[in-house]
Amino acid sequence: MFYREAGQFKTSYAADMAIFPIRQDRIGLALILLVAFVAIPATGDQFLLNTMMIPFLILSLAAIGLNILTGYTGLLSLGSAGFMGVGAFACYKLATYFPHVNILIWILVSGIASSAVGVFFGLPSLRIKGFYLVVATLAAQFFLEWAFARVPWLYNYNDSGAIEVSKATLFGVPITGPNATPATRYLVALTIVCAMAWIASNIVHGRIGRMWMAVRDMDIAAELIGIRLFQAKLLAFAVSSFYIGVAGAMMVFLWLGAAEPEAFNIDLSFQLLFMIIIGGLGSIVGAFFGAAIIHLLPIGLRALPAALGLDIAAATVEHLTFMATGALIIIVLIVEPNGLARLWQTTKRKLRVWPFPY
Amino acid sequence: MSVLYAIFVDPFAQMAAAPDLLAQAIWEGLVGGVLYALIALGFVLIYKASGVFNFAQGIMMVFAALTLVGLHEKGVPAWVALGLTIAVMYALALGVERLVLRPLVNQPDIMLLMATFGLTYFLVGFGELVFGGNPKSMITKELWLPQGAIDLHILGGTVTLQKLDIAAAAIALAMVAGLGFFFQKTRIGRALRAVADDHQAALSVGISLEQIWVVVWFAAGVVALATGIMWGARSDVSFALQVVALKALPVLILGGLTSIPGAIVGGLIIGVGEKLGEFYWGPLLGGGIERWLAYFIALAFLLFRPQGLFGERIIERI
Amino acid sequence: MNKKIILRGLGCALALALAAPAFAEDSIYVPLFTYRTGPFAGSGIGIADGMHDYLTMLNERDGGIGGVKLAVDECETGYDTKKGLECYDAVKPKNPVIVNPWSTGITLSLIPKAPVDKIPILSMGYGLSAAAKGEVFPWVFNPPITYWDGASEILKYLGGGSIEALKGKTIGYLYFDAAFGREALPFFQAQAKDAGFDLKLYPVAPADMQNQSSKWLDIRRDKPDFLIMYGWGAMNAAAIKEAVKANFPMEKFVSIWWPGDSDASSAGDGAKGFKELNWHGAGADYPAFADIKKLVIDAGKSRAAAGEFGGTLYDHGVYNSMLIAEGIAAAQKLTGKKVVTGEDVRRGLENIDLDAVRLKAIGLEGFASPLKLSCADHNSHSAAFVQQWDGAKWVKVSDRIPPASEKVQPLLDEAAKAYAEKNAGWPARTEACDNKS
Repeated sequence: MFYREAGQFKTSYAADMAIFPIRQDRIGLALILLVAFVAIPATGDQFLLNTMMIPFLILSLAAIGLNILTGYTGLLSLGSAGFMGVGAFACYKLATYFPHVNILIWILVSGIASSAVGVFFGLPSLRIKGFYLVVATLAAQFFLEWAFARVPWLYNYNDSGAIEVSKATLFGVPITGPNATPATRYLVALTIVCAMAWIASNIVHGRIGRMWMAVRDMDIAAELIGIRLFQAKLLAFAVSSFYIGVAGAMMVFLWLGAAEPEAFNIDLSFQLLFMIIIGGLGSIVGAFFGAAIIHLLPIGLRALPAALGLDIAAATVEHLTFMATGALIIIVLIVEPNGLARLWQTTKRKLRVWPFPY
Repeated sequence: MSVLYAIFVDPFAQMAAAPDLLAQAIWEGLVGGVLYALIALGFVLIYKASGVFNFAQGIMMVFAALTLVGLHEKGVPAWVALGLTIAVMYALALGVERLVLRPLVNQPDIMLLMATFGLTYFLVGFGELVFGGNPKSMITKELWLPQGAIDLHILGGTVTLQKLDIAAAAIALAMVAGLGFFFQKTRIGRALRAVADDHQAALSVGISLEQIWVVVWFAAGVVALATGIMWGARSDVSFALQVVALKALPVLILGGLTSIPGAIVGGLIIGVGEKLGEFYWGPLLGGGIERWLAYFIALAFLLFRPQGLFGERIIERI
Repeated sequence: MNKKIILRGLGCALALALAAPAFAEDSIYVPLFTYRTGPFAGSGIGIADGMHDYLTMLNERDGGIGGVKLAVDECETGYDTKKGLECYDAVKPKNPVIVNPWSTGITLSLIPKAPVDKIPILSMGYGLSAAAKGEVFPWVFNPPITYWDGASEILKYLGGGSIEALKGKTIGYLYFDAAFGREALPFFQAQAKDAGFDLKLYPVAPADMQNQSSKWLDIRRDKPDFLIMYGWGAMNAAAIKEAVKANFPMEKFVSIWWPGDSDASSAGDGAKGFKELNWHGAGADYPAFADIKKLVIDAGKSRAAAGEFGGTLYDHGVYNSMLIAEGIAAAQKLTGKKVVTGEDVRRGLENIDLDAVRLKAIGLEGFASPLKLSCADHNSHSAAFVQQWDGAKWVKVSDRIPPASEKVQPLLDEAAKAYAEKNAGWPARTEACDNKS
């Protein structure tokens, strides 16, 4: 009823092509940003911020990165956790070598390191396709995991082999380390994620994004119309790994506070893949949906028995959570194979013409 | 210079100096390879017949073994438990076909792959819920699997062959032979090959796709059970085994997704390659390279043959 | 985009729901981080049941500690750092008096948080060895032995009383290649250099826990005189099986305290002779255990499977809970309060003094040896003995061996200093000390 575009006239081509052509969308987005930037940090308790929102944002960013590679360019990757690790370890090294430079700069710069590694492991993608490419990305995953454990230089020869985050400040306010309040860390993460999601949205809606999608839909055809496959694929690896690397650095510095190489194991890669599948391949907003489902749903399920007053052992809940997650993946695939993002679009389209079916 | 020496001369000198260890390493590699190959075999069966890249094969292996041991723990005699486990695997095949494959028919490959991820999670939760998460010992004695080892005093040393490993190889061989016979000679086997060649043509001559799917998933389930028994006997049965199952991926890719001999040969190449690599070259890099070596071996092969050793040639048309 | 708002609203509601079942004022909230799922469940289940049952027994028998009931709550971590942090955030609003992370990875993440949140960390025999230094880590406790003490005790045992006697020998170190196994590495390397023995390393990656055959090929090649294992989860059982297969002499195979009874028994008769270091008695022949049996297990309040009670891992869990209980009891004595807070329990833990009289009073005489913690020493560096698997049970085969403190202490000092330096801005200790001695 309120979601109508009647009376909104487009007077320029640019306005027609805008990402949010309808005023209500823009208002909605503004509202969400308002809630995210003001209401949540002001009212949220530590559990909401630390365990739900910060990981949700970071995983969303990583899912956007993976979506660029898998959703937009059609290159299936199971190495995302490894690339997150590259970002995290690069950030750690940079922060220990140059402790006086602001940590935010290093979080962003560490994406470049991840990017370089991503391009290297993306090289075989020109020759190897489909499921076969999974092996190349798995090679990256396992090799990187091994390197994090086996190259002591990476973790500064710590006895524990783990990387630890020390205190860093921005304008005198601690933003990493134990003294940083969850609200500050949340706001830092939110700012980075919003900015990078906005950039990603612009990339994929522009010339580069169209090039990637052409490669995804059929790479030979794309080549025939003059797209240089090699550059397009490697660019996808570079941009994707950049996003994933930044997310990895954020994961350690803004969320975990310390990390062992095990934090970047293959399970994380799978989770990211689930996120983009459930959220929707080739959709930025889908990455957020997917991260919400995969990260927040199990937390909700775990809290459910206690909230209902049922006395179920913690381990049983965990088993049920596993089963529910698995079943949910299958159900989503059956009900809407294009993910929640498509469901969301369908809903919006229906709302626009409501109450008429067309 | 010393680096080159360490890479190109020293390992071979070691091999020559202790041929018994070389033989042992190759044997261990072959045994590991057979087990990888068995997991890969389950993948190939399903991929051929339904085009599904069944990621859950590894978990099916653990699930089958866990069901077997779990039932035995609850007091069911070993052989009855084996029969029941086979029945459970049939029920699983039926359930997968009804609840997962049928609603997802005609979806892109990646969707079906994702559905098997869902299946993986489901089975992990279900298995632990029913049988508990603690590792269990495989009931080797009750299943008449041989124990102990044969010590061969050859090559100036001792090479130990575990009887269990020999049994595993024999079972693998029997299984491949059985599957070969099944594919070549039986009615369902022929129907299966027809489906693998062309779904629509097979449908048009009256082959029931649903039935075929149940049959292959069941066959893959039985292969998974055999693999689970063997791995479980080598180390305990627990969900930690699923990580081992990931090694089947490079095997599969190396051999080609659609080839049964490919799975076997790929398994043996990966098995021996990673053992020798880890044993002779691993120390140069601080050890532990076994984790990724298999993938790099597969990758190296793929660069020359993108469809795997025995895979069908990929023909791309516009 | 209302859906997102709804989702977030749901999130808020869930968070509220989580915080809602606040425990009554007159109880002490003790969360137990356990892992009964995942690849490490094999190590985790026994420990979880031991911890849970001892505390439940206290509630049943004594009505809690000092007349205050304990609210015991399990949170499943799956040995995963991320889930562990989730557990931590979930229990924090309920004012826990102590946390037991039961994972070196989770411990490392929590160490910087402890002084800020005022919740002491008890990592019994695991975690950061340097945390034994109470002056640097006032909020972290890792009694009764650090991995470095354990390593020195094993080496002393192998050398027949002195590490120097190992000169010229070859010693293999088979370890879980993560923070846990790597922790002891610098100590072994330093000793190898000082005492002049040859150290061979056999790291087992978490992904290869059940696929160790290439490590055992290395062991066959190197033929070490002794093999020391720091293993975890499914790795222990697989290693013992591989040792049997490789005909490695079992009496020369010594492990740190984590392999449980089922790890050894699953390898069959070949595992006879396998040794492990332990600091508490085996079995269940102690008065407190009889109470657990009567009040908890027979009353159907335990989740322990048959055969688990009295096993090594179960006993570890009981020991861990005994430390929690003693920490709380000491805090009550110090402050005179009944319902204590995390800050009180931190003081209490620093004042734990388990002498023979106290051990007899709590019914664990012969199970544990005396233990005394202080502000400077959060560990006590206890002596431990070696026990041997005889095919059915563990048999004590050595006296208690004190750690080589003169070798461990300098390394601990150095490690604690390095930790504080690497984490720039590490707070200096401001917490008062109750027993300056």
